[in-house]
Amino acid sequence: MTDRMKDREIADLDGAAALPRRNGELVFQAPWEGRAFGMAVVLNEKGEYPWDDFRASLIGAIRTGGPEYYENWLNALQSLLERTGLVTADEVALRASEYQALQRDPVF
Amino acid sequence: MNDAHDDHDHNHNHDHGDGHHPEAPNAVEARALALESLLLEKGVLTSEEIDRVVSYYEHDTGPMIGAQVVARAWTDPDYRRRLLEDAPGALKELGFENAARTELVVLENRPGVHNMVVCTLCSCYPWAVLGLPPTWYKSAPYRSRAVSEPRKVLSEFGCELPEDVKVNVWDSSSDLRYMVLPERPAGTDGWSEQQLTALVTRDSMIGVARPQVPTSSPA
Repeated sequence: MTDRMKDREIADLDGAAALPRRNGELVFQAPWEGRAFGMAVVLNEKGEYPWDDFRASLIGAIRTGGPEYYENWLNALQSLLERTGLVTADEVALRASEYQALQRDPVF
Repeated sequence: MNDAHDDHDHNHNHDHGDGHHPEAPNAVEARALALESLLLEKGVLTSEEIDRVVSYYEHDTGPMIGAQVVARAWTDPDYRRRLLEDAPGALKELGFENAARTELVVLENRPGVHNMVVCTLCSCYPWAVLGLPPTWYKSAPYRSRAVSEPRKVLSEFGCELPEDVKVNVWDSSSDLRYMVLPERPAGTDGWSEQQLTALVTRDSMIGVARPQVPTSSPA
C-alpha cells in the first residue's frame, strides 16, 4: 500500500491532536481505539471526506472533550459522519445501546 | 485509558454457558462497535480494510523496522557494509519491501563521528523505517537549531558528546532521507539480535540520542 502521503497527513496532526505514541509507534490501549483510528483513515482513503475535515473535527472534539484521546477521536469521527450523512445520531445511539445490552455480536 | 478497560480481567461472573458475551462494553466501546457495524451494513467499508490500516500502522511502519536493521548491522559486518552502501537493498534483504521503496541513506556513527538528522525546510523524515515523526522534529526551533547549535540541541536531549567528537548534521529532503546507524553500546557482547533490537530507540536513529544499556540488564 502506498501510504506515504497518508503517513504525512496523519503525522501532521500535532499539538493536542498528535497521536499517542510510545517510542514513535502508535499506541492503542484497547481494540476499539485501533478500530476508531482505522475507520477514520479508511473512510478518508475512500473519499468520504478530506483529511482536513477530519482534523478540524478532531481539534474541535479535543477542545470540548475530556482527556481521553481516542474518545475525542471517536467523537470527532461520529460527528463528522453525522454531518456527511453517513450515519444519524439516533441510529448510532440505538445500536450502541444494543451493544451495551449484549443484544448483538461484536464486530471486533 | 478507560476505567472499564482497567478492570478488564475482573471477576468473570457470567454464566460460562452463554459464552460469547463475557461482559458488556462500556459506552465508548459500544459507540465504536455501533459505528463500525453500521458502516459495514451500509457497505461503506469492510472489516478487512480497517484491519489492514491498523496492522499497517501498528506493525509495518515505525521504529521497529529501523531497530531490526540496526541490530542486524551490529551483529553482521557484511550486512553493515551493504546497509551503508545500499540501504534500500539491505532493507529488501530483511523482507521490508515497503520500506525499501524509500530513497534512504544510512549514516554510520563511529568513534569520533556523530551524525544527526534534520529537515530544515519542512519535515522530511524516513517514515518507512522510523514511523511517524515526533512533534519536536517538525518544530521550528529544532529545524533551525540543529544546524546552528547542534551540540547544544544534543545536550538538551541528554546526549553529551566529548569535544573531540565531530558532529555531522544531515538535511533531509523529499528525495533523500537519512537514518543514523548508532554505535553499538559497550557491555552488549554476546547479546542476541533480538536483545539488541530492544535497545535501539527512535531518537538514536534520528541521531539525538545514543542507545543505552539498562543498568540492571544482563551483560
